[in-house]
Amino acid sequence: MAWIGELDLGTPAPAIVTEKMVALTIDGLETRVPEGTSIMRAAALMGTSIPRLCASDNLESFGSCRLCLVEIDGRGGYPASCTTPVAEGMVVRTQTAKLASLRRGVMELYISDHPLDCLTCAANGDCELQDMAGAVGLRDVRYGYDGATNMGQPKDESNPYFTFDPSKCIVCSRCVRACEEVQGTFALTIQGRGFGSKVAASQDEDFLTSECVSCGACVQACPTATLTEKSVIGIGTPDRAIVTTCAYCGVGCTFRAEMRGEELVRMVPWKEGKANHGHSCVKGRFAWGYANHRDRILSPMIRERVDQPWREVSWEEALTHTAGEFRRIQAKYGTRSIGGITSSRCTNEETFLVQKLVRQGFGNNNVDTCARVCHSPTGYGLKTTFGTSAGTQDFDSVMHADVIMVIGANPTDGHPVFGSRMKRRLRQGAKLIVVDPRRIDLVRTPHVAADHHLPLRPGTNVAVLTAMAHVIVTEGLADEAFIRERCDWDEYQDWAAFVSHPDRSPEAIEKLTGVPAADLRAAARLYATGGNGAIYYGLGVTEHSQGSSTVMAIANLAMATGNIGREGVGVNPLRGQNNVQGSCDMGSFPHEYSGYRHVSDEATRKLFEQDWGVSLDPEPGLRIPNMLDAATDGEFKGLFIQGEDILQSDPNTHHVAAGLAAMECVVVQDLFLNETANYAHVFLPGSTFLEKDGTFTNAERRIQLVRKVMSPKNGYADWEIVQLLANAMGLGWAYTHPSQIMDEIARLTPTFAGVSFEALDRLGSLQWPANEAAPEGTPTMHIDHFVRGKGKFVVTDYIATDEKTGPRFPLLLTTGRILSQYNVGAQTRRTANTAWHPEDLLEIHPADAEDRGICEGDWVALRSRAGETTLRAKVTGRVAPGVVYTTFHHPGTQANVITTDYSDWATNCPEYKVTAVQVSPSNGPSEWQEDYEAQARRSRRIAGHTLEAAE
Amino acid sequence: MMSNMERLAYMADQIARNFETQDADTAVHATAEHIRSFWDPRMKERMFAALDGSGADPAPALGPVARAAFALLREQRRPPPEQARAPGAG
Repeated sequence: MAWIGELDLGTPAPAIVTEKMVALTIDGLETRVPEGTSIMRAAALMGTSIPRLCASDNLESFGSCRLCLVEIDGRGGYPASCTTPVAEGMVVRTQTAKLASLRRGVMELYISDHPLDCLTCAANGDCELQDMAGAVGLRDVRYGYDGATNMGQPKDESNPYFTFDPSKCIVCSRCVRACEEVQGTFALTIQGRGFGSKVAASQDEDFLTSECVSCGACVQACPTATLTEKSVIGIGTPDRAIVTTCAYCGVGCTFRAEMRGEELVRMVPWKEGKANHGHSCVKGRFAWGYANHRDRILSPMIRERVDQPWREVSWEEALTHTAGEFRRIQAKYGTRSIGGITSSRCTNEETFLVQKLVRQGFGNNNVDTCARVCHSPTGYGLKTTFGTSAGTQDFDSVMHADVIMVIGANPTDGHPVFGSRMKRRLRQGAKLIVVDPRRIDLVRTPHVAADHHLPLRPGTNVAVLTAMAHVIVTEGLADEAFIRERCDWDEYQDWAAFVSHPDRSPEAIEKLTGVPAADLRAAARLYATGGNGAIYYGLGVTEHSQGSSTVMAIANLAMATGNIGREGVGVNPLRGQNNVQGSCDMGSFPHEYSGYRHVSDEATRKLFEQDWGVSLDPEPGLRIPNMLDAATDGEFKGLFIQGEDILQSDPNTHHVAAGLAAMECVVVQDLFLNETANYAHVFLPGSTFLEKDGTFTNAERRIQLVRKVMSPKNGYADWEIVQLLANAMGLGWAYTHPSQIMDEIARLTPTFAGVSFEALDRLGSLQWPANEAAPEGTPTMHIDHFVRGKGKFVVTDYIATDEKTGPRFPLLLTTGRILSQYNVGAQTRRTANTAWHPEDLLEIHPADAEDRGICEGDWVALRSRAGETTLRAKVTGRVAPGVVYTTFHHPGTQANVITTDYSDWATNCPEYKVTAVQVSPSNGPSEWQEDYEAQARRSRRIAGHTLEAAE
Repeated sequence: MMSNMERLAYMADQIARNFETQDADTAVHATAEHIRSFWDPRMKERMFAALDGSGADPAPALGPVARAAFALLREQRRPPPEQARAPGAG
C-alpha cells in the first residue's frame, strides 16, 4: 500500500534501544544502523528495497514469503533479511543470480494460483504482488495459471466498508498479525494447512458477524486486493494525500486523507502520528460519509416561532437577523441575558472566536462548553491538586507503565486506538486493575486479563479510592521521600490522618461499595509497589455528584505513591471529544480566559482588554445548567450554540426543553438539524473537519493541525461564520486565515506562546505548554515541581449521592459508550456504522431480568424520578445484580429523560452515572418518545422541501 | 424536580458539605471563595435577596456553613452590577 510515497521500511525499529551503532556493507555501500535493526530495514533506510511480501514495518517480522532472501559473506544458505539482524562488518548482497532465480520461483508459486484480472482489479497500481512480479522479472509460470485451490471463492461483503476477496489472498498473514499486534483483537487466523490455508474471521464467519471491530488495520496491511476499501473499489486509486486530524474522539489520530481531486477516496492512518502511530478505529478510518449525507443542511434558515417550518435565506439575512435579535434582547433584558456554547468538536481557533464573540461582543462571560458535562471535574480537580487542568503524560507513556489502573473508563470502546496500545503493553506483562461497576471488555480480552476487577456500586468512587489510600498509608507503602520533596508535608499529614481512620478501611466500606476488602487491599498494594503506576480514568469518575472529589482522590493516590513526573506513571484523564481539551484551553468556561486564568484576575483581563479594545466583565458567567435555569426564570433569552446538542446530551431533558422553549432567539450552528434545533430560531449550516483549517488538541495536550481537503459544501468554514456574525454585530474582525487566530491565542496565552501553524507544520505537533521554556512542547508534566509549586493533598470525604434507590426505584442505571457510534451519534448515525449499533439497549443482569419476567430483546420501560422511556433489553452478566447500563447514541431512546438534575458539587457536571431506576416490561415506545418524535419531525420541516425520514 | 431557587440552595449546601472535613472557619471561607469564583452575579444576588427577604423567593433552608459563606460574600462584594449597561460595541 506504499504507492503514494509513504516509505515502508519492512520491519519495525529495534524494540530494545541501545546506543550502539553497527556498521555493515550492503551491495558495496557502507552504512551504520542501530543495533537490532534487521538487514531489510537497514537496506530500506539506505534506499534499497529488497523484494518482500509478508513484511511491513508496523508488524514484527514473520519470514514466510521467502522473497527477501539475501546472501551474506561467510554464512551459508540464503537467509531472510527480515528476520536476520545486522552484525558488525557484515557484507550483504541483495541481488545475485541465485537469489533472482529463487525469488522467481516463489513468485511462480504465488501466481500459479492467483486471478489474473489485474486491469480491472481494485488494487491495480497499488498491489505489492504486481510490484514483486515486476521486481523479480517474472516472465513465465511453469505450473500454468489455473490454480486449483484459491480461485473462484465467494467474496465477503458483509462489512459496510471493506470487502474480503479470498481468491486474491496470498496467505502472507499480514492481516492476522495486524489484528493481533496492532489492534489486539485477535479476530483473524489462518485455518488449514499447505495449499488449503485460508484467512478466517473468528470461527470462519463473515467479517460483520465475527469479532472483527472493523478497525481496518488488516485492510491497510493487505498487499493485494483481498482486503480492500469499498470506496477504492468504487472510485479508484487516489492521487494525492493531505495529513489531517480525526474529528471523533480524544485520541486525535492523524490520517492521510487520500484524495482524487476534491473527492475523498480513503482515510489512511498516518505513521508519523504521535498519538496513533499508524493505527485507527472504525470511526476515524471509515465513518466520514456524514459529510455527504442527505441530512446535511447547506443553506442558512430562520423562522419566527419554533412550531413553524424553516425558511431558507441568504447568509446576510440570517446573520443580520441574528445580530439584530441579540442586540434587541440585550436592550430589553440586559447585557447578561444572552450567551454562547462553544463546540468541543470545532477547532481551537473556532472555539476561541466564539468565546471572544461572547466576551468582546456580548459583553459578558456567559460562555460554556460540553466539558461541563464530561470532564469539568478534571479541570477543577487537577487544577486544585497539581495546578493544571490536564493530563500529565502522553499516550506513549503507557508503554513504560508496570501497573495500569483504569477507573471509570472503557478504552477499548471509547478510545480504541489508545486501548490497543494499552493492550499491547498488557500483553508484554504489565498488570491491570479495573475499577468499574461493569465487566468491561478490558477485564478479559484475548491475552489480557485484569489482575483485579473491583466492581463497585455506582456512586461509591470516593469511598473506594479513600480505602486504597487507607491501605497505602497504614501499611507504610507511601513514598515519603517524594512527598517531602514535592508536596506540602503538613497537608499530607492531615490527609494521611483522615484516610487512616478505621471507618475508611476496605473492610468498613465493603458492604457499601460491594468490593471485597481483600481485593481492594491487593489492588492498592499492587498500585503502590508494582513499579510505575499509571492511572487512566474517564467519565465514570467525573459524572458523579462527587466527580471533582474523585479526581482529587486520584491525584492524592498518585502523589502519595510518587507516581508523577516521569514516563510510565501519571494521572491521565481520557478526554472524550476530539477537541474538548482544546475547547477548555481556549477559555470556554464562564469563569476563565484561555489558559485557565480566572476572569477576576486583573493582569489577565487587562491583557485581553488591550488586545480587544473593550472593557471586559470581571464576574463569572453562567454555566449551561445555570443558563437553562435563568431561561426558565425569564432572565436569559438568547443563545448561540455551535456544534453541540444539549437537548440530546444534557441531563433532565424536560428541563433543557423548558429552558430552550423560554428563550427568544436560539441559534444553532451545526451540520444537521440536531435535537436542539427543534427549539432553534436560526440555523447556520456548519462545515466538517475536512472542509477547514485549524487545530485540535487531544487528550495528551497535543495540538495537531487540521488541514482542509475539500471546499466547504455549505460555503464557509465554521470560523468564517463566527467572524461574519461578529462583524454583523459591529466587532470589525478581519482574520483571513486560522493561523492568525492561533497567533492571537499565542500572544495572549503564556502556555501557548510558542504555538503557531508554522511550528506545528515543522514539528508535526506540540504538547502544551509550548513556549520559550519548552519550545518543542511538554510531553510529561510536573517533572521537577508541580505547576502550582507543591502538590496539594485534598481531603475527600465520601458523601453519598442524594440519588437513592428504594422500593420504587431499586436499580442503579449507569451509562457508557460503544465503539461504533460516537456520543449523540450525530455523525455516526449518518454513516454505515448503524450496521453495528442500530439502537441503544439496556443491559440487565439475568437475576434482575428473571425477577421481572424480561427476556432478551423485550421492550422494557425504564423509569426514574425524572421521567420514563422505553428501549430493548439485553440480558448479560456484565453488569452486577442491581445495576443496569445503557448507551446514549440514539435520540429516539431519550436516555436523558431519565437522568436527574444532581451534579458535581464543584462544577455542576451532571451525575449521569447514578440514576435510581425501575425496569419493567413494556409494549413499545413510551408516550413521551412518540410525542417527541412527532414534534421533532414537525420541527424539521423546511419550506419547499418534501418531508423525509430523519435519517 | 427542584425549583430554580431550591437548586441554588441545594448547590450552596452541597459545596459546603464537601468542605465539611475542614474546621468551620476554613469551610466557610472555602465555600465563599468557591461561590465567588464560579457563580454568576445574578445567582448571588438572588440568594442575597432571598436571605434578607427582599426578593420574590421565600427564605431558603440553608445549612450554617453556606449561610455564613453568603454573609461573608455580602460583606466582601463589589457594588451591584449595572443591568442596563450598553452592549459592547467592539
